[in-house]
Amino acid sequence: IMNSLINYTLHLADTTLILAQRNAEWCGHGPVLEQDIALTNISLDLLGQARNFYQYAAVLINESVKLQGSKAPPSEGFGEVTEDKLAYLRKEREFRNLLLVEQANGDWGQTILRQYLYSQFQYLLFEQLQNSNDEQLAAIAAKSIKETRYHVRWSSEWVIRLGDGTEESRSRMLHAIDELWRYTGEMFEPAGYETLVDVSLLEKNWFDKVKEIFDEATLTVPEKTFMQSGGKEGKHTEQLGYILTELQYMQRTYPGAEW
Amino acid sequence: MNIETSLLIQKQKIWSILETVTDPEIPVLSITDLGIVREVRFEQDIAPSSGDGCIEVIITPTYSGCPAMDMIAMNIRLALIEQGYRNIKITSVLSPAWTTDWMSEEGKRKLKEYGIAPPNPRQQVCTTELFQKEEAIECPRCNSYHTHRISEFGSTACKALYQCDECKEPFDYFKCH
Repeated sequence: IMNSLINYTLHLADTTLILAQRNAEWCGHGPVLEQDIALTNISLDLLGQARNFYQYAAVLINESVKLQGSKAPPSEGFGEVTEDKLAYLRKEREFRNLLLVEQANGDWGQTILRQYLYSQFQYLLFEQLQNSNDEQLAAIAAKSIKETRYHVRWSSEWVIRLGDGTEESRSRMLHAIDELWRYTGEMFEPAGYETLVDVSLLEKNWFDKVKEIFDEATLTVPEKTFMQSGGKEGKHTEQLGYILTELQYMQRTYPGAEW
Repeated sequence: MNIETSLLIQKQKIWSILETVTDPEIPVLSITDLGIVREVRFEQDIAPSSGDGCIEVIITPTYSGCPAMDMIAMNIRLALIEQGYRNIKITSVLSPAWTTDWMSEEGKRKLKEYGIAPPNPRQQVCTTELFQKEEAIECPRCNSYHTHRISEFGSTACKALYQCDECKEPFDYFKCH
């Protein structure tokens, strides 16, 4: 039970960290200043959420090592686990983030769509998680969902604006759907450790919400298509390696470096 | 003086020290104005009269990613050390989640004077509904409600960007949360 709680917390931490990192790539490159700031704000919210999850995971891991000398997830030579070690020193296969969030930024439309598909899911997930029986995860979810509300609203307004915009913006949204849709199915396939909230029950609600926004945006929800999964078990697309290379570069080059 | 009264007096003293610690991003606001400090506690097993008992200050972040929290924790520590306290523990809690309802009236007044529109007393836009009617926000300079939102996200996580249509000044709005 302990291990599954640790893995679940890491899954939540990794997903928010990787999306924060992806969005941060836009910093200074947004189409207009206000939207650049909006996206970096969202990135910062996600990073804060990730830190809360990692800190909790670190507590759980240290406790479990003390209790049973068990081989908690990131095992060899890790010493006392900290949030930084979990973010900076685990390998690609140890990351449990959703495949969706590691996908490339592409153009603005693709970044927007990735954010929307995820935020809409995160909102429904945290709604449940804040009532779950793990006190700390519930507290993090209750705290974060207030931020998620802004993310959902901002990203769905953009999906509509672009989908129902010009011919150019619309074609880019169609392309984005084509690129990203296949990574959405994984969100609703529970991993073995995912016992606190039954994500499969969120699918219908999510789908209805997405359809509502897509309708408004004159976009079509794809027919049943092949869905890619594996992120929750550490099997990633080629994208994650590149993200970690950049994210972890400093700690890998100068181990233990501090500000 | 019994122990309880003495504890109370000591706590009040600590609260008044905490009032001098300001938010590094909005230096006119103290952390008590903001509602960041939730509680001051003494460890029970220490005689409060000795003066070097362990003090625990419980704080809560405004936003999950607020980068000022580490600095605020350090400044609390420094302010208490300066007043002769030694054994200090600062604990961050997430629940119940911080809300702008906890901002003091004094804090709202100071914010406005500083040029930032204070949060509306009642949150009007707190749902995921789209393209909502914008909140009526009062311009902190000319007091006109004839203003419009430029962006829901501003210079820090806790602010949105507005512009006054009367005096044309852009201004920050400390958004409801």
